[in-house]
Amino acid sequence: MNPLIVASTPDWAALRADFPILDQTVHGRPLIYLDNGATTQKPRAVIDALVRYYEHDNANVHRGVHELSYRATTAYEAARTRAAQFIRAGAPEEIIFTRGTTEGLNLIAYTFTSRLKPGDAILVTEMEHHSNLVPWQLLAARTGAKLLFVPVTGDDGLLDLSHLDELLASNVKLFAFPQISNSLGTINPVAELCTRARSHGVITVVDAAQSAGHLPIDVQSLDCDFLAFSGHKMAGPTGIGVLYGRRALLEAMDPFQGGGEMIASVQFDHSTWNKVPHKFEAGTPDIAGAVGLHAALDYLDDIGRPAIAAHDAQLARDAYARLAEVPGIRLFGPPGERGGLVSFGLAGAHPHDVVTFADQQGIALRGGHHCTQPLWRKLGIAATTRASFYLYNTPAEVDRLIAVIREAAKFFG
Amino acid sequence: MDLTELYQSVILENNRRPRNFRKLPTANRIASGNNPVCGDEITVFVQLEGDRIADISFQGAGCAISQASASVMTQRLKGRTLAEAEALFGRFKEIITAGKPDEEDLDLSAFAGVHQFPARIKCATLGWHAAINAVHGESVTATTE
Repeated sequence: MNPLIVASTPDWAALRADFPILDQTVHGRPLIYLDNGATTQKPRAVIDALVRYYEHDNANVHRGVHELSYRATTAYEAARTRAAQFIRAGAPEEIIFTRGTTEGLNLIAYTFTSRLKPGDAILVTEMEHHSNLVPWQLLAARTGAKLLFVPVTGDDGLLDLSHLDELLASNVKLFAFPQISNSLGTINPVAELCTRARSHGVITVVDAAQSAGHLPIDVQSLDCDFLAFSGHKMAGPTGIGVLYGRRALLEAMDPFQGGGEMIASVQFDHSTWNKVPHKFEAGTPDIAGAVGLHAALDYLDDIGRPAIAAHDAQLARDAYARLAEVPGIRLFGPPGERGGLVSFGLAGAHPHDVVTFADQQGIALRGGHHCTQPLWRKLGIAATTRASFYLYNTPAEVDRLIAVIREAAKFFG
Repeated sequence: MDLTELYQSVILENNRRPRNFRKLPTANRIASGNNPVCGDEITVFVQLEGDRIADISFQGAGCAISQASASVMTQRLKGRTLAEAEALFGRFKEIITAGKPDEEDLDLSAFAGVHQFPARIKCATLGWHAAINAVHGESVTATTE
């Protein structure tokens, strides 16, 4: 699907009014929220869904036989069906609810402990968020497998795929990579990476934390084996996320955590496991979170993800082009097609100072290593400032951002 | 608040032109500090003679607060005894946590605005922690976490 083909242009100003939190001043200035890569704000529809659930339907799922338990279970499973539809999974059973992307990735890494051995390899990229790197480091340490890396080309933030087939042929069992880099904005060619991995019999894990709320995702056409994302980065609540897994793989995998819900039968000395996806959902899940996520998915699809992707990318491209004219700027990520974020360094002004400066003008940015420390070490910079956009951001906010970054350059320079 | 309350001219000036920003060939004590939250790293070099800091320098990368604080620190600790250095660090911590300037110590008082930015207190103390570790001969890396 081409994200640039937009059927009808949404009324962005009207949509912005759906987000109550945006209507406030910070340090005496209208809030400009540009930290969406960390977490997005929530529309009224999501907040209302949470309140409605707690005021009318709250009960535990799957175990009760009373009316409220039935309603809570129905709502929780409806969210699962909706999440499956949202990423075009083959069946709701392929959707595991997690706390977020990090837990989804850890679930895979943990359950693959029994499937890797010394001499095996796990392939990741140099642009991984720590959450798609550290779980694999732990898995490597547990199993004696080694970690291999797809290099990043340089400041332009692309994956160097020239030796990908050699890497994939080096006893690699798993290949994990982000769909959109959280610190570079790079959109990686997921379908191509999955196809090439599959030709070597390698299982693919897609970190969709930065993409799921922006781009349309079809796991069947991407042909990935696993894909993880977080509700809170896509207008949904914190504490809920999704791990998609190919059914045959999920069925063959060991459980993750032990507890209620994930079992079929428990004896004093052993147990048997529930069917997927329940095998991976021990304990009482975040039911309200799932209900809120359902509302968020409806909200995003009412607008249309191709339109959201085009909107966010346009703001980011604009910001990138105009920041390039600021003296002393060093921009990261591809100049052309990119996700909805821009990451940069400014000579003489440390990102934390830039962020403090912008915050005093009501602009929320992020400064630091963005949980990609090895990448910045390679590129020779300790930290960057990041502006990340979402559907409620406006061209006027980009204007304000550019003006304030220019002021900061002058103030600290 | 006005940004110039946090970023006083002493801080901006010491950030632009940090003093004693070099390796110290005569150093007999070296300690590093890092802030894992932001990736700031600093190394402090001390030439200790008896219990006196005969010379001190630093190198590293970080925000204006951490760089300026380390720069001012090296100027203030040179020639001090261990006890004097620790007392001075104590006074500095009071200034940045209570936000009360010390009339008799204008350089350290330039950092009083930090108290309104609790997340930045770690930046202001990073170099000091490394220096105190260095004079105590602790080769461990100081961390703000």
